[in-house]
Amino acid sequence: MSVDWNALTPTAALAGGVLIGSAAVVFALFNGRIAGISGVLGGLLDPVKGDLGWRVAFVLGLVAAPLAYAVFASVPGPRIDAGWGELVIAGLLVGIGTRYGAGCTSGHGVCGLSRLSLRSLVATATFMVAGFATVFVVRHLIGA
Amino acid sequence: MPILTSLLAGLVFGIGLILSGMADPAKVLGFLDLAGRWDPSLALVMAGAVGIGLLGFAIAGRRTASFLGLPMRLPTTRHVDGRLVGGSLLFGIGWGLAGFCPGPALVALGMGQAKAAIFVGAMLAGMGVFELLGRRAASSVAKA
Repeated sequence: MSVDWNALTPTAALAGGVLIGSAAVVFALFNGRIAGISGVLGGLLDPVKGDLGWRVAFVLGLVAAPLAYAVFASVPGPRIDAGWGELVIAGLLVGIGTRYGAGCTSGHGVCGLSRLSLRSLVATATFMVAGFATVFVVRHLIGA
Repeated sequence: MPILTSLLAGLVFGIGLILSGMADPAKVLGFLDLAGRWDPSLALVMAGAVGIGLLGFAIAGRRTASFLGLPMRLPTTRHVDGRLVGGSLLFGIGWGLAGFCPGPALVALGMGQAKAAIFVGAMLAGMGVFELLGRRAASSVAKA
């Protein structure tokens, strides 16, 4: 393992993390809910009356974030190397997996760990290991 | 008012994702590439987020009503089961394939990235599969 010192962005990472944590805390204190994006989306697919507004608003906030960001700084373009086939498979796995697993990096990783939840610790450790393993297989075994 | 706070939370969360580099799949994959040139930035993002989260959720966890008078809906399920682990495994694999998880994918969609749209479409389809298959047997917390 070699650390990519050129890529490491400690200040931006910490600052961004603080914003993410703050958003999750505000959401919990004001809306009384976990800012778990897979859960927010999941509820949109199985709509319950009166339960849609806040979900649409949260998703809208995420989608509009680049516009808000652009007011202060240029938005860095994401580097998406995956091909369409990979994106479809990845999307399906993330969609099914986050629902069965009852959460993702925001729900389990940020909120769950902050709540000292054992369930979230297990979930986070599991998807992290799966992520590490997948990248290892794809980049270093298959060589894609 | 809850709609507004939800929108704000989504916005700030998304801005945090952009600032931290987590909306950039290449950067996320750089963290998951332990055997390659490793970018530890994501760990710092989590540290920043959970740092704030620990304080905020300690307060939130003690409340029965949110600041807006809404019922607190923080999950109370404690048990770790096969669904949690299995789902997290699938999610982690999908995450490691394209470097996208739900939040960042929505932010990238907001940047007008066609590839993000493909991922989001597939992700919603995957969630739809869960709704068809898993709703009967899923725990109540999965629909939080």
